Amino acid sequence: MWTFFHKLGSPPWLYKISGAILRYLLPATLLALVCGMTWGLLFTDPDFRQGNSYRIMYIHVPAAVVALAGYYVMAIAGAISLIWKMKMADVAMKCCAPVGAAFTFISLATGAIWGKPTWGTWWVWDARITSMLVLFFLYLGVLALYEAFDNKEAAGKACAVLSLVGMVNIPIIYKSVDWWYSLHQPASIKFTGESAIHASMLYPLLLMIIAFYALFACALLLNMRAELLHRERRSNWVRKLAQPEAG
Amino acid sequence: MYFADFNSLLRMDGHGGFVWASYAITLLVLLLLIVIPLRRRRRLLREIHGEQRRAAVASAAETGRAA
Amino acid sequence: MSALPAPVFCMRLLRRQLVLALRRPAGIANPLLFFLMVVALFPLGLGPDPSRLASFAPGILWIIALLSSLLTSDTVFRSDFDDGSLEQLLLAPQPLYFSVLAYVAAHWLVTGVLLSLASPVFGLMLGLPAQALPALFASLLLGSAVLSLVGGIGAALTVGLKRGGVLISLLILPLYMPVLIFGSAAVRAAVDGFPVAPHLAILGAMLCLAIALAPLSIAAALRISIDA
Repeated sequence: MWTFFHKLGSPPWLYKISGAILRYLLPATLLALVCGMTWGLLFTDPDFRQGNSYRIMYIHVPAAVVALAGYYVMAIAGAISLIWKMKMADVAMKCCAPVGAAFTFISLATGAIWGKPTWGTWWVWDARITSMLVLFFLYLGVLALYEAFDNKEAAGKACAVLSLVGMVNIPIIYKSVDWWYSLHQPASIKFTGESAIHASMLYPLLLMIIAFYALFACALLLNMRAELLHRERRSNWVRKLAQPEAG
Repeated sequence: MYFADFNSLLRMDGHGGFVWASYAITLLVLLLLIVIPLRRRRRLLREIHGEQRRAAVASAAETGRAA
Repeated sequence: MSALPAPVFCMRLLRRQLVLALRRPAGIANPLLFFLMVVALFPLGLGPDPSRLASFAPGILWIIALLSSLLTSDTVFRSDFDDGSLEQLLLAPQPLYFSVLAYVAAHWLVTGVLLSLASPVFGLMLGLPAQALPALFASLLLGSAVLSLVGGIGAALTVGLKRGGVLISLLILPLYMPVLIFGSAAVRAAVDGFPVAPHLAILGAMLCLAIALAPLSIAAALRISIDA
């Protein structure tokens, strides 16, 4: 257990193992993504209320789920790097922010596009959309704070503190936005209850959620590998690595 | 397969534009998520390799002058 | 020389901050002037119709209060960071948690409390019904304390940076949103004749949470900023 923990803290080991993982994970993820998208786009019946536009759900919902989970991954990695001073957790936290922001952007953009045929407008101040927008701001805040520091070690710590503060606040923000929306809810765009999702729609959705999680992991690992090379560029193992590659 | 032919798949009863646009945006962003770190890693490796070669050339010149 | 007990130390810190603020009355008046000017902007932008202004007034007043708290929160630690006394504070034997609380309390007394005292006047200017003024005052009083605490986190994170001004708003505005929601809802409830107490209770709960947790993160952020 502890040796594993120590190995996790070693950059060359992490670089090697992440390369090995990615060799299998990345093709599997892409395969799952293609399967899920084809399944959702071609082989499911349209929703009886929303018609074919509901097919956006197969990317919108997974992106939103992963974006939210990504913030927690970032905050937990930040906590680990603050408490145990683990360098690799710092790298992970730094690399989570752009990936998570990208997933939040996907869920916002697809939500807006979905809103046009469903509600008749591109943007509705609905509780979930508003919360996702706040999540996007939180990600952007972490990214901006990291960029503002010249000393990257301090930047990592500051971002870890900020993401922890954000993690405590996310449930509060979600609850209050939810409450705010129920107070102001205009009658015209009310969802008539969450209809129980049919099994034929559920399975492709689950596949897409798994694929998006795996994709988050892939993008995170790829970013971490690049960041590791950048940080360790003076060390021996990186020099040895660079030798045959471009030779 | 739900759709009868390719044309109805593209149109999706009038919702095609929205569905395909959101899938296109998603795929674009996901592609960028994968490609950007890959390119960054390759560029870094090339840079580090270049630095090493320059350092090797410089040290070779140094020893050459000493000899 | 033995170290001062923490409560005494904190009260002295608080007094020092207040004296420093009182020596520069312009610094105290600025947020109020800002409030007044932005209040004057809204009728120009929205039109002078009193009923429309009154219907927007709770939200407008709360947003302006939030912005003026945001504008001043940048300065909480700035001058003490520049002259090095903040570094001394970190080395002091008294727990940083309470010292930081003293800084935030000073900021709250100088901006939040003054703003809430002045807010009924601004409320009347925007045509807010008189029965909503106590709710406006109470919600601002509670809410601005939360704003000061959360703003302190942003201030502590950015105090070491040369260009922290815009960044701090990006960092803490998302965290201000729950306060804005419940603060303006309290005023709106008072306008519509509904009970205000539940909203104030939630604001109070947020304040309790913020008092418990925010000084911890401010202290951690200050240590990081000083080290950098």
